[in-house]
Amino acid sequence: MFPARYWREIPQRYRLEAEKCKRCGRICFPPRSKCPKCGSMEFDAVRLSEGGVVRTFTVIRVAPSQFSDQAPYAVGIVELDGGVKITTQIVDCPLDKIHVGQKVRVEFRRIQEDGSAGILCYGYKCVPVS
Amino acid sequence: MREVAVIGVGMSQWGELWKKSLRQIFVDAALAAIGDAGVDKIDSMYVGCMSSGLFVGQEHLASLLADYVGVAGISAARVESACASGGVAFRSGYIEVASGISDIVLVGGVEKMTDVSGDGATYALATAADQEYEGYQGVTFPGLYAMMASDHMRRFGTTREQIAHVAVKNHKHGAMNPRAQYPYEITVDAVLKSVLVADPLRILDCSPITDGAAAVILCPLDAAKKFTKKPLIKVTGSGSSTDTIALHDREDFCEFAATKRAAERAYKMAGVGPSDISLAEVHDCFTIAEICVIEALGFVERGEGGKAAESGLTALGGRIPVNTSGGLKSKGHPVGATGVAQIVEITEQLRGESGKRQVKGARRGLTQNMGGTGGSTVVHILEVA
Repeated sequence: MFPARYWREIPQRYRLEAEKCKRCGRICFPPRSKCPKCGSMEFDAVRLSEGGVVRTFTVIRVAPSQFSDQAPYAVGIVELDGGVKITTQIVDCPLDKIHVGQKVRVEFRRIQEDGSAGILCYGYKCVPVS
Repeated sequence: MREVAVIGVGMSQWGELWKKSLRQIFVDAALAAIGDAGVDKIDSMYVGCMSSGLFVGQEHLASLLADYVGVAGISAARVESACASGGVAFRSGYIEVASGISDIVLVGGVEKMTDVSGDGATYALATAADQEYEGYQGVTFPGLYAMMASDHMRRFGTTREQIAHVAVKNHKHGAMNPRAQYPYEITVDAVLKSVLVADPLRILDCSPITDGAAAVILCPLDAAKKFTKKPLIKVTGSGSSTDTIALHDREDFCEFAATKRAAERAYKMAGVGPSDISLAEVHDCFTIAEICVIEALGFVERGEGGKAAESGLTALGGRIPVNTSGGLKSKGHPVGATGVAQIVEITEQLRGESGKRQVKGARRGLTQNMGGTGGSTVVHILEVA
């Protein structure tokens, strides 16, 4: 991955930086120039909640090459408190224990390696909480 | 706006075409369409192609292909909207003829997918998802559709067997299509025992990697009789819509809102509804997709899509035959060509040229072609003039 492309997304991947529409309250992640709900262009900086719930998920058995050493792994759509939904791996639990409605917490993890000589890529994954 | 007719269709054999280059595959289909239409000139051309850059390292495609079709000098443009590229190209050609800007327009679609490794093809296809916020996390395309399938099963009680019936039905249709990549029948048991790709979807739930092309010729309806003695097929509805390309940004993970909107626009333009459609070609890139699509098109109620394939409702001889060509599943899915090939199948069906898989008395057909997980969709309605 080209470093600048990776670097640009660091505020979102490392720190969950988002923006909240000043007019309608919609939280945009990643930030946008124009609110897709009300059209406003004024936002306040906010940080996403780290707590959420699994809405749907799958287990990836056939993975892209940069993820093949991790397969099989679970990926789901998690709705964070506040309403933003993210696609994320669900880790640190047996694959057959994951279920819709499960509470999870966002953690900072290594996501992928860019080949043997490239950069290590970090970001968010979710782990179940009891 | 002028009324527009499809007066020629052409389609090559689909499959792993090792001996043929992208340009040759396209030219074969284009010349077949030109011959079928009986035209001696082309005013303009649109090419649907998702990713010739990643698949064969060739961009600037429309000019290259116009040159090799032997019509260099005409206006030509490539259209890209992921797996909906072909359908959107057809809409572009339709609008150009309807507007009066051009009279004879060639619309082709092409993809040459086997010149890269399986991993290379997977990478190219994955670019139709949100690369920074879906692909980055390790989700694949089968994975995204698998999450739709899980959602549909949980909310509507759709069974794994019902989903498998989509593949079984489409292979049964495809077995009657000599141009199909995999023209043979499969069983529910074979689907359920095939390799897991992303739970609950298995390899026989997925459309294959395919080389192929398709082409059609459009002209004003009132001029069409000059060229062809075949039944004239009129485009009566065209609708297009977009949605978020990230699945997680949608309110509902197994409802194709863009398909719903595109269909509403096409139905309104044609002055018809779902019950007026004789047959449809829809985007079954994965089995679950066909289930959600026929719900969005209004052929069945929400949540009932799983029962449709199982009960035979969408099979040849059923109330609304879907994917008589074999669909993407059996016929193959050269992504940029798929939307144009859907027009080819409907045109041949309405002309009564479909042989063993002919829908008797077909008068009005619908095509639905979508990109990614439904971030773009285009719907057309064709009728016997």
